[in-house]
Amino acid sequence: MSLIRLEPRGQASKTMVYVTPLLAVALTLLSGFVLFLLLGFDPVKALHAFFIDPVSSRRGIGELIVKATPLVLCAVGLAIGFRANVWNIGAEGQLTVGAIAGGGLALAFYGEGGWWLLPLMVVAGAAGGAAWAAIPAFLRVRFNASEILTSLMLTYVALLLLNYLVHGPYRDPDGFAFPESRLFEADAVMPVLWSGTRVHLGTAFALLAVAAGWVLIARTFVGFQIKVIGLTPAAAGYAGFDQKRIIWLSLLLSGALAGVAGMGEVAGPIGQITPSVSPGYGFTAIIVAFLGRLHPVGILLAALLMALSFIGGEAAQIAMGLPKAITGVFQGMLLFFLLASDVLIRYRIRFGARRAVA
Amino acid sequence: MNRRTMGKTLLGLAGAAAVALSVGVASAQEKMKVGFVYVGPISDHGYSYQHDQGRLAVEKALGDKVTTTYVENVPEGADAERVIEQLAASGHKLIFTTSFGFMNPTLKVAQRYPDVKFEHATGYKRSANVATYSARFYEGRTVIGAIVGKMTKSNIIGYVGSFPIPEVVSGINAFTIALREQNPKAEVRVVWVNSWYDPGKEAEAAKALIDQGADVIVQHTDSPAPIQTAQDRGLWSVGQSSDMTRFGPKSHLTAIVDDWNGYYIDRVKAVLDGSWKSVDTWGGFKDKMLFLAPYNPAIPADVVALADQIKADIMSGKRHSFQGPVKDQSGKVVIPEGKSATDEQILKMDWYVEGVQGKVPK
Repeated sequence: MSLIRLEPRGQASKTMVYVTPLLAVALTLLSGFVLFLLLGFDPVKALHAFFIDPVSSRRGIGELIVKATPLVLCAVGLAIGFRANVWNIGAEGQLTVGAIAGGGLALAFYGEGGWWLLPLMVVAGAAGGAAWAAIPAFLRVRFNASEILTSLMLTYVALLLLNYLVHGPYRDPDGFAFPESRLFEADAVMPVLWSGTRVHLGTAFALLAVAAGWVLIARTFVGFQIKVIGLTPAAAGYAGFDQKRIIWLSLLLSGALAGVAGMGEVAGPIGQITPSVSPGYGFTAIIVAFLGRLHPVGILLAALLMALSFIGGEAAQIAMGLPKAITGVFQGMLLFFLLASDVLIRYRIRFGARRAVA
Repeated sequence: MNRRTMGKTLLGLAGAAAVALSVGVASAQEKMKVGFVYVGPISDHGYSYQHDQGRLAVEKALGDKVTTTYVENVPEGADAERVIEQLAASGHKLIFTTSFGFMNPTLKVAQRYPDVKFEHATGYKRSANVATYSARFYEGRTVIGAIVGKMTKSNIIGYVGSFPIPEVVSGINAFTIALREQNPKAEVRVVWVNSWYDPGKEAEAAKALIDQGADVIVQHTDSPAPIQTAQDRGLWSVGQSSDMTRFGPKSHLTAIVDDWNGYYIDRVKAVLDGSWKSVDTWGGFKDKMLFLAPYNPAIPADVVALADQIKADIMSGKRHSFQGPVKDQSGKVVIPEGKSATDEQILKMDWYVEGVQGKVPK
């Protein structure tokens, strides 16, 4: 008979939904402390270099925001689908096609741009991402093909398409045959919102997406349908909700947002089309969406935390020579502790032996 | 095996950092900070590893005057600029960015930090405080081409390529010209993995080539996976960037080893004494920027003698890797007899010579 046991709660704890992420962060920091100690580093200094130093300057905060922007854009869209049991795993591919479409316009109108070019690129980025997501939507609705597989596989198609383009049609004609496009002209570059940093217009789109995502889920009938379909598909069927419409809607929406994220990367911090537009934002966004409890505001916070773990890893490497693998270890621990402590939402811990029930 | 070396690296790092911390505090003021940005992990045992050897050589030679920092696994996208800027902002006076994809980010940061010197490997854009450097890797490929020409039995050579950029394409061509000089029936088949470092894909590419009948695997990617695959199948292989003998001692004929040590020490010295200038350095065997790993003992003595002779002729200028007549795949003479390719022709090379199968991806 064990001294500690788990007892099911009658109802999921509302408090614990908010407490467990904080608990997970605290446990991660604690384990990090021990890890650094074992590796022979001063743990206080190391944690400071990892989590505080990177955001103690304007440039650092700016970089954090730059890194979080594509994560927020992708994750907000994904979360809407996840709530409706639509599992779009291919945001990375949709992001890539958004970059191809939006960035392609910048190259097509190279030297003859104007004020109209950038808005057109944003529309093209969204359309590109949505078009790529429309393929799994169509296959799911028409043939009941799993969107998990189709959206994931289309990611690799998108990456190969990008590769083909930067080695061919998009290649810089004066670039010694290197696989990169020209640098975009001023008309095709996202304006910087905060001087002295790289924070660009894409961040405004991300905040807009957070607000719109919240309104959609919490305040509209479509949002209500999404939630019902996600929780009890059968009930949604009886109520006459059109599941196909929701599949289309959530895939197109998440595709468009990912497309804008990709376009924002090439027209923002990168400033050209390169063979690697994203270091996996579309995949990281899946983690961000769940870390943020599929809630737009939670996603915003989760994206900032995730971005900090990337940037902090680099900063600690530069300041103290910590191995790069530490970044991955931290992210892994964070997720592990979050999932592990989620048990507290549905169970409570009881100490001592079970009392006999009369 | 990987885990053991990894553990050693970690221990070494921890030790180095501890030393740096205890010493660094006392004399941080006088020592110049030098930063290195790597595209792969230093545990790739290839390209990034070899740059890190250069960094360690700098520490060894000038450790009393400089401290070094490195950042590994830096993606060639929006992140590169942040890492480079972070190094510049934290007081590094000389920064080596060691992969082609870091070119534009390096230039952007360099503009904002005019007092910091930057060195970008394998690129073509320079500015007042950005120099470029690379090695004439193709010279090494000429020598291994001759060796492989003598060693192949099936006359099919498998070539694992990273990206179809001029550096890699010119390597394939230099290899093929020397290969067919020894063995006119031999042909080269290329599989592109579109990555510098992806052990899984590299191994798959090697397997696919072996299944097509290749009995020698040559690579222009950075992991030892193709060597290991060739060793498993009992076939020959040639390593890239660093001496990869220990990953396939039976299979590894030799490797083209990049040697940045001398260059890095020279450039750090130049910044220290104020003589640093933005220049383009493109060095070969003669400049000691590359050398060949020890030959496999199974290579016959006459082949070793041939390889050494070719190397000596390249160094003395008697032989050029692209010595006319060089024909392209259609049989058209691109470099006429009596001429050899200009540097510009090599730097822009996007066509295959006769003897390579397939087309350059465009």
